[in-house]
Amino acid sequence: MRKRSTGWLLLAPSLVLMVLAGLVPFVYVAWTAFHRWNLNAVTRDAVFNGLDNVRRLVHDERVLDATRTTVLFAVYAVGSQLVIGYGLARLLMRRFPGRQLFRTVHTIPLLVAPIAVGATWRILLVPGLGPLPHYLEQWFGWHVDLGTSGTVAFWSLVLVDLWHWTPFVTLSLLAGLSALPVEPFEAARVDGAPAWRILWHITLPMLKPVLIATAFIRLMDALRLVDEAAMLTKGGPGDSTRFLGLQLVRIVFENNDYGYGGTVSLFALYVTLVISWALYTVTTGIKRQRAHGG
Amino acid sequence: MAETLSSAVAGTPNGPQAVPAVAPPRPGAPTVPRVAKPIGRWGWTVVWAVFSVFTLLPVYWLAVVALRRRVDLMGNYTMWPTSLSLENIRAVVTSDTFVRYLSNSVVVASCNAALSTVVAIGAAYALSRFRLPGRDNIFFWLLTNRMAPVAAFLLPVYLLFTRVFTFGDWSLLDTRIGLILLYTVFNVPFAVWMLQGMIDAIPEELDEAAFVDGGGTIRVLWSVILPILKPGLAVTVIFTWIFAWNEFLFASRLTAVEARTIPTALAEYVGVTGTNWGELAALALVTMAPGAVLVGFLQRHIIAGLTAGAVK
Repeated sequence: MRKRSTGWLLLAPSLVLMVLAGLVPFVYVAWTAFHRWNLNAVTRDAVFNGLDNVRRLVHDERVLDATRTTVLFAVYAVGSQLVIGYGLARLLMRRFPGRQLFRTVHTIPLLVAPIAVGATWRILLVPGLGPLPHYLEQWFGWHVDLGTSGTVAFWSLVLVDLWHWTPFVTLSLLAGLSALPVEPFEAARVDGAPAWRILWHITLPMLKPVLIATAFIRLMDALRLVDEAAMLTKGGPGDSTRFLGLQLVRIVFENNDYGYGGTVSLFALYVTLVISWALYTVTTGIKRQRAHGG
Repeated sequence: MAETLSSAVAGTPNGPQAVPAVAPPRPGAPTVPRVAKPIGRWGWTVVWAVFSVFTLLPVYWLAVVALRRRVDLMGNYTMWPTSLSLENIRAVVTSDTFVRYLSNSVVVASCNAALSTVVAIGAAYALSRFRLPGRDNIFFWLLTNRMAPVAAFLLPVYLLFTRVFTFGDWSLLDTRIGLILLYTVFNVPFAVWMLQGMIDAIPEELDEAAFVDGGGTIRVLWSVILPILKPGLAVTVIFTWIFAWNEFLFASRLTAVEARTIPTALAEYVGVTGTNWGELAALALVTMAPGAVLVGFLQRHIIAGLTAGAVK
């Protein structure tokens, strides 16, 4: 028989590491969140100040703007990835010359370091060096400068995220599509249903679990994006690409405001948690089914 | 680039349905891949070729810039290599800091991958085979650590490194051991997730037989589970290694001089005194190389690997 104590013993090293690297920091940050603790202030020690930091947070335009920018970025990036990724996955379901090669090429960006992705696109987009702004100006007369236009900077980051993560959506949805049974589609085709109805009434509902899981993972990643923006735009111009993570780094390491930084950290966790909780609730039914299957 | 994108977008909603499947579906045939008209087939090849250009162009341009002579860089928008020189790459590789940064990156990634995988084997086996109370909650808690935003953990970890986990003058700040331990926060949950799925797939009768023969848990784990798990272990080690190699935000703030890693060097290059673009490109190539190369080995596991933390 298996003894429970042996199980705990096997689990212990992981739990110890995760408590030290995950739980202890979390408790610590929750503690700082309710203190006034600013190294640039006259009193540099942490002083308990109740909900003062929270009161400051709800009126802090910069943090609220950063949150809005982050959420908008995540929605635009993930939304377009889902549409394009779905289309590409459908294409990969067909047999055509070069299919395997394209599939392989498509996966290249997936494990590339985000910071290197930022550097790559900076080299492609920076005026004076990158060919992209140059040819857009020459061919279309568009003036594209991510150093001066907030709109260009923001959409450049969406484009970068599209480059980096569309392959993930494609492959994930491809796996989902490949696992679907054939019969409903045959029946619909025999009945002469138009393609868009098949898509709307059969494919998408059957693909829903995979779609939700994919959207979930991508949203979590997009909401915490820092590296690419740090490299490509440094949050600028102005605050146009100042994502929540970047604003947090500024509060903690430039303003040395540990107390308020703790509050904003908790807020960032909270934003992520709310969104993931909503999606988790939706997917719970699927999880149960899987648990019973296995 | 703009056309590339818009054509890809435009091709999406109508694309898959535009060409009717010619061959009547064979009963019971697998869904993948359907045969289409010859012209249609080449049409899809063209769509994909355009999209592949979009994927490869940034990396190609990076290589062109890295291999261009320094005097030839600015204002030269020619897409093909107009000059070939190793001066940028040589400058990066021979700089004082590069060897230190590289060895830090390799040591941190390797030690962390080994540590994470080894502790995760035990945890995954325990979660898979032992009816531990609350094991679903433990599992869920592990995974939330992986999905949490890194920036939110930056402050407390910085404070712990500089103020709490210190002995006299020594602190975890700017040490490789600090990063090795810290990166377990995302790599251990990942490894547990990967390995538990694989152990679940091994029939329990196998360990039961070994138990009847009088083996202890460790013995069963060692002589029954691990041999079957070998390919899965390799995949897990490669993934965790790459995640550790790629990490930037923690490393940029928790190291200063001694323990700095390659990704932090990349950020340093976009400096105060103007950027040396050729060297930045060369270093970016070095930074992305492991991920771009190893992804080939992980083809079949890439989706399982990247969905870790959400689907279960």
